[in-house]
Amino acid sequence: MDFMVFQYPMITVQACLDGILLGILFALIAYGMALQWGVMNIINIAQGDLVILGGYIAYFMYLYGIHPAWGVIVAPVIMYFLGVLIYKLVINKVVDRDLFISILATFGISILFMQLMNFAFGADVVLANSDYGTTMLFNDNVVLPNSKLFSAFISILFAICLVIYMKKSKLGRAIRATAQNARAAKILGVDTEKVYAATFGINAALCGVAGALISITFTIHPYMGLPYTIRSFMIVIVAGLGNLPGVAMSGMGLGVFEEFADYILGTEFRIGSVFLLLVLILVYRRFKLSRKREYLK
Amino acid sequence: MRLNKIILSFVSALVILFSTSVVSFAKVVGDKIILGAAISLTGKYSSNGVHTQNGYNMAVDRINSMGGVKVGGKTYKFDIIYYDDESNPKRAAQLAERLISQDGVEFMLGPYSSGLTKAIAPVTEKYGVPMVEANGASRSLFTKGYKYLFAVLAPANLYLDVAIDLAVEKNNGKPVTVAMAFEQDAFSQDVRLGVLDAIKRTGSKKVIDDKLPKELNDMAATLVKVKQMKPDVLVVSGHTKGALTAIRQIAEMKVDVPMLAMTHCDAAKLSKQHGKNSQYALCASQWHKTLTYKDNFFKDGMTYAADFEKEFGYDPPYQSAESSAALLVFKDAFERANSFDQKKVRDALAATNMQTFYGNIKFAPGGQNVDKPMVLFQVMCDDSGKCENKVVAPTKWASAKLIHPVPKWSER
Repeated sequence: MDFMVFQYPMITVQACLDGILLGILFALIAYGMALQWGVMNIINIAQGDLVILGGYIAYFMYLYGIHPAWGVIVAPVIMYFLGVLIYKLVINKVVDRDLFISILATFGISILFMQLMNFAFGADVVLANSDYGTTMLFNDNVVLPNSKLFSAFISILFAICLVIYMKKSKLGRAIRATAQNARAAKILGVDTEKVYAATFGINAALCGVAGALISITFTIHPYMGLPYTIRSFMIVIVAGLGNLPGVAMSGMGLGVFEEFADYILGTEFRIGSVFLLLVLILVYRRFKLSRKREYLK
Repeated sequence: MRLNKIILSFVSALVILFSTSVVSFAKVVGDKIILGAAISLTGKYSSNGVHTQNGYNMAVDRINSMGGVKVGGKTYKFDIIYYDDESNPKRAAQLAERLISQDGVEFMLGPYSSGLTKAIAPVTEKYGVPMVEANGASRSLFTKGYKYLFAVLAPANLYLDVAIDLAVEKNNGKPVTVAMAFEQDAFSQDVRLGVLDAIKRTGSKKVIDDKLPKELNDMAATLVKVKQMKPDVLVVSGHTKGALTAIRQIAEMKVDVPMLAMTHCDAAKLSKQHGKNSQYALCASQWHKTLTYKDNFFKDGMTYAADFEKEFGYDPPYQSAESSAALLVFKDAFERANSFDQKKVRDALAATNMQTFYGNIKFAPGGQNVDKPMVLFQVMCDDSGKCENKVVAPTKWASAKLIHPVPKWSER
């Protein structure tokens, strides 16, 4: 235990800011998961692997001399179609089965993706340099890499766009209607099959954005997906489905929690503390989230 | 019932077929000495696994084309049976078992990484199969009393202790303060032990001692502490991931530290891909191509690097060089033993005392190579932004002078 983080006020500020910026990024991934969970009642274990794949798209653009920031536009487009493809190939066959089957199926997709990424891109840890520089605050005592600010800004931008899209567009309304009551939506002429495919695609696209941002801010590696899945799962559990402000808040909360756990318990317990927190929350909530399944073919 | 019988007899026929077909492999067939190796061709170690395999293959081709191995007046050629261990220790141990008991291999080459070598060593030891390994540096490999394990590389605890000595030397012999961040795996923890020994020996003080988890891609917290405590040396070891994460975040957070010492800089391609961000980083390495060791097969490091580049299209990392050296050691031992008897070859290996392009090789009773110091290189960039690794320590092999202390970010 080390309480240095509280002894120096500047470190406290630094930890909070780092945590919030990180949390916004987590919230973006979690929002995709919440959307898909709410609409299709599928918990996507491959969420983190989709994120990493998005990261590789940005990384390859960087390798070919394109600034990786363009990845936040290119990655979601590619990932959207990949998401729709995964839906058509696998998910629509399990979406009407029970939750366990869908977890197994996405777990399988996750393993497949890990191995394919390893096969295609190699096992090396990679990153995409943005050369964005650094912002110094409070007499250079608090340091914020601009890449982190950039990724938080882009995450917020995408979240806002998505909220507006869900409220205003026809597909967005159809998605919300299906989430509320799939049977009624279908009777009223919503093509639920299309809605499901689009939802999965949108989720994959959000993962793509997040992945591109992670490759700019941190590092990526084919086997690094799981911690992102767990984090988004936890954020969704805390916030509840269809509660966007809740997702944002719990995302940032998790980010700050991780940073403080890192300082106080030590870096080695950082990810472990997230897992522990997940267990505690699950026990506390007693699986309140297990909703009635509502799927219509 | 009938169907069951048919299936049973079919399966047993298959089993018999397989068991007889694999037994036809053996350790020395005709003019071939067959070595076995389980290597990570897939999974998380696959890139270094491939470097290892390329190193082995390069040496096999070279030795075979330059006259092979002479034993008992007859000339033999090397051949290697490879299996993919999927970067999985359990699988590696199974494959070692299979190589020895099914394929009849009597001499083994090591896998990639300390973890996998640790998994294989008990198997080779059990069967008395001499293994020359080139990629397992963990100290614990050499304290178990293994008789048939020989490592051409320096053990992990020697990787970064040189850096502490160097920092003390630069501090006019006065003790220094050290911040450490090490991944929690066998190799990095051994490096840490070495650094701790050096800290104790020099009367220095550790001010930060962080352990990095293997999923880590953010070490901002450690670096904030470094900014606060202002240590004289920051030591980081966490394979490629640790090196990359550290370099990125140190540059972004503008962490000023007089000396930054790391491992795995060349595997992380720091100088090539991360240029100025990695400038002045000190890196521990088993080998560098500018070292002037010599042998008859590869001549010297520069020639080796050029030949390797021609064949595989990239600059050889030290993982390839040490793997090539393992074959040179085997050849030398076979010729001195003048026999394929495992015990005789083992004794010849234990008595090895030779120079290769990779360095001097002489084994301690534990099996580690004690005759080859680690080198430290520093990433140095010219004005055009092109960066290169230059050896700065030990002074005998240095091709450039150490830049110390590292200039502050605000002055770069």
